[in-house]
Amino acid sequence: MNTKIIRVGFLAVALALSLFAQTARAETPFIIVASTSSTQNSGLFDFLLPKFQRQSGIDVRVLAVGTGQAVRLARNGDADILFVHHKPSEEKFVADGFGVARFDVMYNEFVIVGPARDPAAIAGTVSAAAALNLIAGAEAPFVSRGDDSGTHKREISLWQQAGIDIAGLTSNWYRETGSGMGATLNIAAAMEAYTLADSGTWLNFHNRQGLKILLRGDPLLFNQYGVILVNKATHPHVKSILGQRFVDWLLSPAGQDAINSFAIGGERAFTANAPADIVLPSKEQSE
Amino acid sequence: MTDFGAAISTAFALVAHLDRDLSEVVLLSLKVSISAVLIASVIGLPIGAALALFRFPGRTIFIVVLNAFMGLPPVVIGLIVYLLLSRAGPFGVFGLLFTPTAMIIAQVLLITPLIAALARQVMETLWLEYEEQLRSLGTTPLRALGALLWDGRFSLMTAVLAGFGRAIAEVGAVMIVGGNIDHVTRVMTTSIALEVSKGNLALALGLGIILVVLSVLVNGMVYFLRGNQRQGGTL
Repeated sequence: MNTKIIRVGFLAVALALSLFAQTARAETPFIIVASTSSTQNSGLFDFLLPKFQRQSGIDVRVLAVGTGQAVRLARNGDADILFVHHKPSEEKFVADGFGVARFDVMYNEFVIVGPARDPAAIAGTVSAAAALNLIAGAEAPFVSRGDDSGTHKREISLWQQAGIDIAGLTSNWYRETGSGMGATLNIAAAMEAYTLADSGTWLNFHNRQGLKILLRGDPLLFNQYGVILVNKATHPHVKSILGQRFVDWLLSPAGQDAINSFAIGGERAFTANAPADIVLPSKEQSE
Repeated sequence: MTDFGAAISTAFALVAHLDRDLSEVVLLSLKVSISAVLIASVIGLPIGAALALFRFPGRTIFIVVLNAFMGLPPVVIGLIVYLLLSRAGPFGVFGLLFTPTAMIIAQVLLITPLIAALARQVMETLWLEYEEQLRSLGTTPLRALGALLWDGRFSLMTAVLAGFGRAIAEVGAVMIVGGNIDHVTRVMTTSIALEVSKGNLALALGLGIILVVLSVLVNGMVYFLRGNQRQGGTL
């Protein structure tokens, strides 16, 4: 009977290994990009990556997490490219020797969304700081990402601009979800609360219920995305040649045009703004 | 609640179209979880049987820990496996992070304690029944262990299915170590999480319905096999 058991066990392992084997088939070359949920949830990557794949034959595997987590993944060497939206963290990443160089790629904006009835009466305000002051004054519910993402970092700096110490708050109108943009928007919709959202995720978000954009256009709400190749000197296994080709493509006219042509419901979601002096050499390369 | 109606029709539409993305995600879910269950069973069932049959110092503590580990949160397992497989971690050189293999490793760690603990309970009952008989025949403990595992194989299916259920339903571990990468590590549960975060609640629930149906099918298949075997009278 023992032999039967051994036979069954052997069969189970063999079956498990055969399932493995299929997934371990020869793969096309790929790179791993640590990015933010906004680039994924907006649908930008679904639009961009097939274009790059066709032209280069390189698969791009995207990890869509918060900017804070993306930076940590790249620091550990678990990604080849960092593509996020918090310039101070990105510059620190390069300064610390983890990244080769940082380039502007594109921008859009942050928006303050809230219930259409607007209990804190922020609609019509031009400054984000003034709007946050109104929300705090009315103690209207506000949900924060609270997850160390790029959007969360921006929100904290906006509260500082508004002169409100959110860390010292004791009342319960300010709530941290500790989740991604989409989950936070779902909660804001259910709670009829205000929140800060990136416009990419917002445009492609389908569960708005009563939420709408109440404030946009303040220069403080500018949202810049940057791309960084992880440094091979720090992490020798980084696929720097393949990764560099992706960076070059993003900054090239082809990549920049592709970004500009991505629209959600007829609205352009991101505006390409790679520095022009970078565009020229890449253009020669692609020809 | 129009979302429920929309979800059910979405689920039907998804299955009717059977688009490549969906079947890819479903197949990967099954592949990862079935692999994990097979490996966890090969490890967990003998451990459970040994705990039922043998007395050794520290056995009680082992059982208590095992039972406690049945409730380990998947995110914790995910985090541990991430730290182990990260390029900065001890097994980073293998480059396994963000592959299906990493997901299988995480799920094996997640469900082996569950399968072992449930197997121990089944085996303990059987051992009470057979102990005298096997002892009087002079069977060695190791042979007894094999005999009991074989004899209890149908009852042990419950332990294995519980492991499968936990594996296919969890999202915390596979999200961290798999990364939810499209066409590579995206499974049913991480797809559902992604659609929720896009606010596509009907699509998310539709996927959820498919996951439940899948789980019912697998359980039904095992139940059917079990019934047939019994009637066949192999015992």
